[in-house]
Amino acid sequence: MIINGVAIDDTFAEAFGMRATRIVITALQPGWALHAAHSATGFATSVIACGCEAGIERELSSDETPDGRPGVAVLLFAVSSKELAKQVERRVGQCVLTAPTTACFAGIEGEPIALGKNLRFFGDGFQSSKVIGGRRYWRVPVMDGEFLCEETTGMVKAVGGGNFLVLARGQAEALAACEAAISAMRRVRGAIMPFPGGVVRSGSKVGSKYKALVASTNDSFCPTLRGATRSQLNAEVGAVLEIVIDGLTDADVREAMRAGLRAVCDLGAAAGIVRLSAGNYGGKLGPFHYKLREILA
Amino acid sequence: MSALTFRLRAVPPVSVDASVLSPHRLTGLTRAQIEALQMALGNRSVSVADLFEVSGDDAQHVIVESANERLTHLGAGLQGGTLVVEGDAGAYLGLGMSAGRIGVSGNAGIFAGCEMEGGSIEIAGNAGDWLGAALPGDKQGMRGGLIHVHGRAADRAADRMRRGLIVIERGAGAYLGARMLAGTVIVKGGIGANPGFALRRGTLLLQSPPQHLPATYNDCGRHALLFLRLLERELRARGGLEAFLPLPRTVRRYCGDMATGGKGEILLDATR
Repeated sequence: MIINGVAIDDTFAEAFGMRATRIVITALQPGWALHAAHSATGFATSVIACGCEAGIERELSSDETPDGRPGVAVLLFAVSSKELAKQVERRVGQCVLTAPTTACFAGIEGEPIALGKNLRFFGDGFQSSKVIGGRRYWRVPVMDGEFLCEETTGMVKAVGGGNFLVLARGQAEALAACEAAISAMRRVRGAIMPFPGGVVRSGSKVGSKYKALVASTNDSFCPTLRGATRSQLNAEVGAVLEIVIDGLTDADVREAMRAGLRAVCDLGAAAGIVRLSAGNYGGKLGPFHYKLREILA
Repeated sequence: MSALTFRLRAVPPVSVDASVLSPHRLTGLTRAQIEALQMALGNRSVSVADLFEVSGDDAQHVIVESANERLTHLGAGLQGGTLVVEGDAGAYLGLGMSAGRIGVSGNAGIFAGCEMEGGSIEIAGNAGDWLGAALPGDKQGMRGGLIHVHGRAADRAADRMRRGLIVIERGAGAYLGARMLAGTVIVKGGIGANPGFALRRGTLLLQSPPQHLPATYNDCGRHALLFLRLLERELRARGGLEAFLPLPRTVRRYCGDMATGGKGEILLDATR
């Protein structure tokens, strides 16, 4: 398959089941909700070492939030229920509770996990709760007033690890294509691209020659190793960048991939794009397979 | 199907326990079975047919017509459905109800909504003493749901209230929210003496400033409390509560009762 001069590899992305939640962070001004959201989703690129993968799903207008203030929807993904609960509590406690004027609410229905349930103890006995509309909210006294936080948020089964690779003539071309892809993918609800700017350059393979490492560089896609390993790159390719997608559902991941792949294809070979490929483990590890050619058909 | 309707034939000489006239007690019964149900009239027992003309067949929608204050325990233990009381309701309206809706076109007697756990009660007129309170000797009053009084509530409203929302349009008597454990009470009109006496937790939101606040409440200043926005949204969503809207954007917060821990609050409108 070739679209606009870009070769589409006959391969698929392999993704895994995860646990996810959505939280809504609001603040007096949009900027402060964003500060808190950026902080809460920081160092959350990969479950390999960050505990969770997280990102900003979208900004919310004041008529979309529970308290009528501007806000941000954040998605967090982890490999287990226990780890997700731990990460949510830790990140909201350190990054949202601490940010001026913020409040935090559940953004999705599902199996309840703690949101403000334990953070309330920061109130040192001065905290109080309100049950409004059947939902419990904690009012924790802080120095700028009260931190209002819903007791729980919902946890759902989700999909993590959707991906595709952009193979271009050089770094600049690959980066421009990925920026266009990310811009299109951010319009898809229910999905995040957890790496910095949504793009990752250090695509990995499972395992390493070093026993202590569970993952190492994906040498077959490293252009500088073209002559040293079983490279999958031809002479035209000077740089490869990857976009990783986590979604609340299989459909969300598929839709985000479609949006990103199309955006890259729209740029085409004229913009220095050579091929589109994807990462997988032979299809034996992850239950979700996203065939590039099917998605783009 | 039409609403199952009970028209009171004549004012009974003494109080009647009318708790049987609730959807959950009537569902699945034939007309004959309903008419044969027994009710306590003073110290004797009478049948429903002795006191009421029965018509209709929808047991999930019950109407009591020509009601008066001699009919006690209307909607007690209600578990769902709708009970409409046309006239006044006696004591213990909706006692311990857990779901469903009760509407009263007139006044309600003492202990309305007492120890209710869910559902809603709307009283077009006034409510007697101990609205949403606990029965004497019990530790917790209302534990959930909504009570809306269009008129005035008498003394001791929300006494020992544990959870839920009480909204009162034309004011309340003395000892509003006394010994309250949690929950929220909103009063638009004026209130009597000693609001929040021995209140442990919970919120009294007074939209008309009281003449005096107890000395055991301390001023915490003016604040824009975010939970009021959620509460306002909830009131709007429920509908029929426009009289209380909008809730004040800024309130003066008095914490108390300091004699019982000081974890509750009286909020006064500080917008103006």
